[in-house]
Amino acid sequence: MIRFVLSRVAQTLAVLFIASLIIFALMRMIPGDPVLMLLGDDYTEDAYQQLRARLGLDRSIVHQYVFWLRNVLQGDLGDSLLQHERVSRLVWEAFVPTLTLVVASLVVGVLIAVPSGVVAAQRKDSAWDWGSMGFAIFVYSMPAFWKGIILIWIFSVHLRWFPAMGYVPPWVDLWDGLWKLALPAITLGTFFSGLVARIIRSSLLEVLEQDYIKAARAKGVRQAALVYRHALANALIPVVTIIGLQFGALLGGAVLTETVFAIPGMGRLTVNAILNRDYSVVQGTILAGVFLVVLVNLAVDVTYAFLNPKIRVA
Amino acid sequence: MTAETILDVRDLTVDFHLDGTVLRAVDGISLSVRRGEIVGLVGESGAGKSLTSEAILRLIRCPPGRITGEVRFRGRNLLDLDEDALSRIRGREIAMIFQNPAGSLNPVFRVGAQLHEAMALHLDEPRPALRARVVDILARVGIPAPRTRARDYPHQFSGGMAQRVMVGMGMSCVPALLIADEPTTALDVTIQAQVLALIRQLARETGAAVLLVSHDLGIISQMCDRVIVMYAGRIVEQASIATVFGAPAHPYTRALVDCLPRVDGVERLGTIGGVMPGLRALPPGCRFHPRCPIAEPRCSVDVPALRALTPDHRAACHLARPGA
Repeated sequence: MIRFVLSRVAQTLAVLFIASLIIFALMRMIPGDPVLMLLGDDYTEDAYQQLRARLGLDRSIVHQYVFWLRNVLQGDLGDSLLQHERVSRLVWEAFVPTLTLVVASLVVGVLIAVPSGVVAAQRKDSAWDWGSMGFAIFVYSMPAFWKGIILIWIFSVHLRWFPAMGYVPPWVDLWDGLWKLALPAITLGTFFSGLVARIIRSSLLEVLEQDYIKAARAKGVRQAALVYRHALANALIPVVTIIGLQFGALLGGAVLTETVFAIPGMGRLTVNAILNRDYSVVQGTILAGVFLVVLVNLAVDVTYAFLNPKIRVA
Repeated sequence: MTAETILDVRDLTVDFHLDGTVLRAVDGISLSVRRGEIVGLVGESGAGKSLTSEAILRLIRCPPGRITGEVRFRGRNLLDLDEDALSRIRGREIAMIFQNPAGSLNPVFRVGAQLHEAMALHLDEPRPALRARVVDILARVGIPAPRTRARDYPHQFSGGMAQRVMVGMGMSCVPALLIADEPTTALDVTIQAQVLALIRQLARETGAAVLLVSHDLGIISQMCDRVIVMYAGRIVEQASIATVFGAPAHPYTRALVDCLPRVDGVERLGTIGGVMPGLRALPPGCRFHPRCPIAEPRCSVDVPALRALTPDHRAACHLARPGA
């Protein structure tokens, strides 16, 4: 188990290193010059060269990368080229709402996916099965921005149940926070639940055919315990992997969802930074995103090993 | 032979409703098991033995399955009980073990926990007592270092060890009947003997009756007091071990016995020509007649009833005579 975790950590570090290279290279490849944008109307050749030197952009690309990486390893993402703010601070401030949204969406998604997947599997080919699986495909295939707008139209404009936009940290004001988080979390969570419900259904159907389920029934385990304990414990193993794989997609979906609901998160920060060629902020946000996805996948692998004794013990 | 009858199956039929057709996999069989007795249920693959044993505990998914008839266990018809009442009998009064021991244990739970669960479901005993009994049972079924092994997961057990655990689990609540469905088919020959000996020993100690399902007449002959022979969903013969081997009345039983190798024999082993008919193409009359060496014209028309030749010997053959 410890060797397994260590080898996964080593892989994670390699992935992060490669990701940092790609992020850095891509940012320098897209056209546009931040120095020009910063100077605007104040442009003179002298001022341009001066500012370029001050920002370190006159050094070689390799030098810039090494310099950046060394600072990143010390936890310093640099300063924003445009705003007078530390990148780490900007990223952190944007990161918290995004992560809150993603976690809330995960919770909403699992809360919808587990019961509907279980019901569909238990009553295979019934109206319940068709209904919940039809719903799953429906919510999965609707794009987040469209679903968000529809939800706003129904629940904010017409019913006036939930606010249409804004973000308040739930730990600052629990009710107001959750209130404002509800529609975005449903928008993003239903996307996730559609996929997970289908996987739980097929995985559970397979598990319910296994001999150990028949054996458990033969020893007197009742139906509910059979499904929710004996079968689900096995059926959730592939689901954990899916959660990890989908975490990246969830972050991507969060960016769109934030835009619809005007949440000051990573999405807004990244898009604005790209538009302004704010290299250090873009690098910071993408690196933070990559770091999170890789970290979650590491956590998922460890959880997977924990859930699956065959990996844990071997 | 005056012991109380604990299991009395009457006219048990298992149908499967598939794509608009009805397949009758078990066709009106009746059998009984008395206290402390070991009864063998023998037949080729597909004869309906496993379905019969699963139908007794209603482990067949219905629909598409449908079970009719009566399964009287200590006077109560199990087919009339609701799921809740049934789950109090499963594992407590009737235990069952299966063909695939490695697959019978849930891979994500510790072996000890699964044993513990089996007892916790039915016995009203405090946790520490049950935990101690888990280790006791593992020791009794011959698992070395039972205390450590209880914390292992099923994949760390060999097939033979897993089946010994299953036997121990089956007997943990001291059931009146153990149904063993091909318990040694998946195991090596040397391990087979150990597991069979364990089943016999535990059954003797607890006074449990055993219904042993097997396709292997050799195993049946070592273990059982009585044999029930099934062919294509019906019982063709029912008799004591001595009668089945000494004076089988049904030509199918005779053919099965001839297929067994004998220590003193120099003759070639017998085989049965042809294959058992599938459920979609059952022949009329006696289902064995296409393969039967002594079939007469009426065998392909009339269904032979299961007739008593002596009080303890029944056969379903038009040509059967006592002692024939």
